[in-house]
Amino acid sequence: MHAVELKGITKRFERVVANDDVNVEVQEGEIHAIVGENGAGKSTLMKVLYGYYQKDSGIIRIFGKEIEDMTPHKAISLGIGMVHQEFMLIPPLKVVENIILGSEPRRGIFIDEKKAKDEVSKLTQQMGFDIDLNAETGTLPVGIQQKIEILKILYRGAKILILDEPTAVLTPQEVDELFNILKNLKKTGKTVILITHKLQEVMAVSDRVTVMKTGKVVGKRLTKETSPEELAEMMVGRKVLLKVEKPPRNKGKKIVEVKELWVKDELRGIEVVKGVSFDVHEGEIVGIAGVAGNGQTELVEALSGMRKVEKGNILIDGMDMANRTPKEVRLSGVAHIPEDRKGMGLVMDYTMAENITIGRHDMAPFSKGIVMDKTYMLNKGKELAESFDIRPPEPTLEVKFFSGGNQQKIIVAREFDCKPKFLIASQPTRGLDIGAIEYVYRYLLKAREEGKAILLVSMELEEVLSLSDRLLVMFNGEIVGNFDSQQGFDISLIGNLMMQGKVF
Amino acid sequence: MEILNTTLLNQTIVAATPLILASLGGLYSERTGVVNIGLEGMMLAGAFFAVWGDYITGSPWVGVLFAVGIGMGLGLIHAVLTVTFKSDHIISGTAINIFSLGLTGYLLLVLFHTHGSTREPVTQLPYINFTALERIPVVGKFINEVFFNHTPIAYIALGLVILTWFLIYKTPLGLHMRAVGEYPEAADNMGINVNRIKYFGVIMSGALAGMAGAQLSIGVLTQFVQGMSSGRGFIALAAMIFGKWKPFGAMWASLLFGFGTALASNLQGTNVAIPNQFFLMVPFILTMVVLAGIVGKSIPPAADGKPYEKENK
Repeated sequence: MHAVELKGITKRFERVVANDDVNVEVQEGEIHAIVGENGAGKSTLMKVLYGYYQKDSGIIRIFGKEIEDMTPHKAISLGIGMVHQEFMLIPPLKVVENIILGSEPRRGIFIDEKKAKDEVSKLTQQMGFDIDLNAETGTLPVGIQQKIEILKILYRGAKILILDEPTAVLTPQEVDELFNILKNLKKTGKTVILITHKLQEVMAVSDRVTVMKTGKVVGKRLTKETSPEELAEMMVGRKVLLKVEKPPRNKGKKIVEVKELWVKDELRGIEVVKGVSFDVHEGEIVGIAGVAGNGQTELVEALSGMRKVEKGNILIDGMDMANRTPKEVRLSGVAHIPEDRKGMGLVMDYTMAENITIGRHDMAPFSKGIVMDKTYMLNKGKELAESFDIRPPEPTLEVKFFSGGNQQKIIVAREFDCKPKFLIASQPTRGLDIGAIEYVYRYLLKAREEGKAILLVSMELEEVLSLSDRLLVMFNGEIVGNFDSQQGFDISLIGNLMMQGKVF
Repeated sequence: MEILNTTLLNQTIVAATPLILASLGGLYSERTGVVNIGLEGMMLAGAFFAVWGDYITGSPWVGVLFAVGIGMGLGLIHAVLTVTFKSDHIISGTAINIFSLGLTGYLLLVLFHTHGSTREPVTQLPYINFTALERIPVVGKFINEVFFNHTPIAYIALGLVILTWFLIYKTPLGLHMRAVGEYPEAADNMGINVNRIKYFGVIMSGALAGMAGAQLSIGVLTQFVQGMSSGRGFIALAAMIFGKWKPFGAMWASLLFGFGTALASNLQGTNVAIPNQFFLMVPFILTMVVLAGIVGKSIPPAADGKPYEKENK
């Protein structure tokens, strides 16, 4: 029997058709993966299934019964539960309050706190979780928060669990743990729908897979009868190189030397980078791995001149650039692909040509005297659009009309065109499709071959592992691990360092 | 010091009562994510309608009901504007303040044919006394003089503080309110009707502010005076912030502001060589100090003041 049957689902957002006549069948008791690039319509489809969005047309059947006008309330009562990509937990509430929210056991007009605690702790025991139910939810690590999300769903008696990109925020150990949880749920007869764009995960845990592309279903496979390559080709519509092919490193002289760097978060008044030292040479990629919020962002901001350095040195080619302005830092040969593409990397209402000019707008050849040279800007835009394959190649188009991948290409093009000695790439593939990710990787490797020093900061462990020549692990503002690709990367050791800052 | 006598403490409670009610009102609204700076206007309208209800029926309790009613009505308007039509909370609140000022001035003319204030005194709310208490040695007199000699509304306010605490922290409705004020998407996702909770919070807010107004006009006085809320709605808002959006916190903060007010009016009568106006400033200066965040950081509900919109992909 089908736990979920979606027939001819169509969902429009103004001009965009997010789901176009989508058909998906999920068998009871299986782990069903739905894969596709960003914007393929996976999340929209699940939100329609969960009743968070109303479908424009189509039929939803749950355990064979057709459901009209799905709402989250109805979905919950039908046994559907959803773990959103962005957790739906209320940080200041206690764990137990978050779990019972909306389905509170009552005694008279009050919440029956004892019953709630008993029921929830029974559930945590069944699942083998170790969670303090009275803790303030927002203070717990993301791995635990995700377990709370799963508990929340099970508490409502869910038979069908939808997980939207559940591994995006997890460390490798937490991912393994999650997969074991999912397999256990399957054993107890639950149906799991897993939305992801990570193909290794699909192969590792699912029974069947549905592939979506631009709002449509483009393929359905049994997991054991397909391969990551086939799935990637269906997702992107062309052959994709999944493995990074990296030529041997050609290490040159030391370009960057960071010595005992301390950075403070002024708002919270605490040290967030604590005595970090490292160096980057010509022709190598140094990766920084770590769970989000361990000081990486502040380190990058200090390096690019956007944040005050408390003490320590940042030597760029021998010159101390600590506490210099971003412009001085840039002029010393540093380029920066910022993690916040829309806020820091681009001015969304400016054209591509203007965005490519920005930062160099007041110097030749972009300006003549005090006047900007529009013709030069346009020609530059055209030239870069061609060499970096920016689509559409329209320098006069405002960047907000470009896709995320092409916006990132505009930033990459600008930063490369500055001919830097040192390139900082902070989360350069965040939110990009595998097609666009492949481009970014290719550019980074090209810069490496050209002899640039590159610092790559990423929350995607897979990414730093495959691109880095050397890998630093950052935890709680400190560098707690230093690995070289020549010795091979010990993934479980790195994972431990990311989570604990130490090895068990 | 002579200033620190039972009268001063009694007056503290008198001055704090409307603040407690209105700051609780602010709490109901803001806990569900709606900023209500319309408290001031709701209080003013409450003060007027209390006098009117009292005037036409002769019963101050009908007056209180009228005050609560108009408060709820204005709360409903604020809810429709901010929740249903998602307009800016500050603009809607300001509109209510201006509207109330105009409305009461106009109705004063139409219903009482006068300007500035009502002339004929209406029946005042009763004052509760326990002279029997004075027979308890040493503390008896003190207790009676400080904690009694108040209108029932003072005790209702205290009761509402306790009730609100239970509601917010111990009932499903309270949990839903906290969830909606912090993260409406999550609440919606758990099947909670976000808008219904917000409407409840804002209308309750109006009811409490209206009752606070009644205390001003027919509790302390026996008439309506134009603009008689004179900034208390804003002070109540400051008390709520100072009290960190918690019922007892709001109450203690209100008592502190009430003490400031009582102190100011007591000092006026003494022969200190400082102009009266400076004493009258005391509660407002306290308010500014609090709002400037000098007395510790207060963290508002995360989604406070933000409209909740779905399907805005």
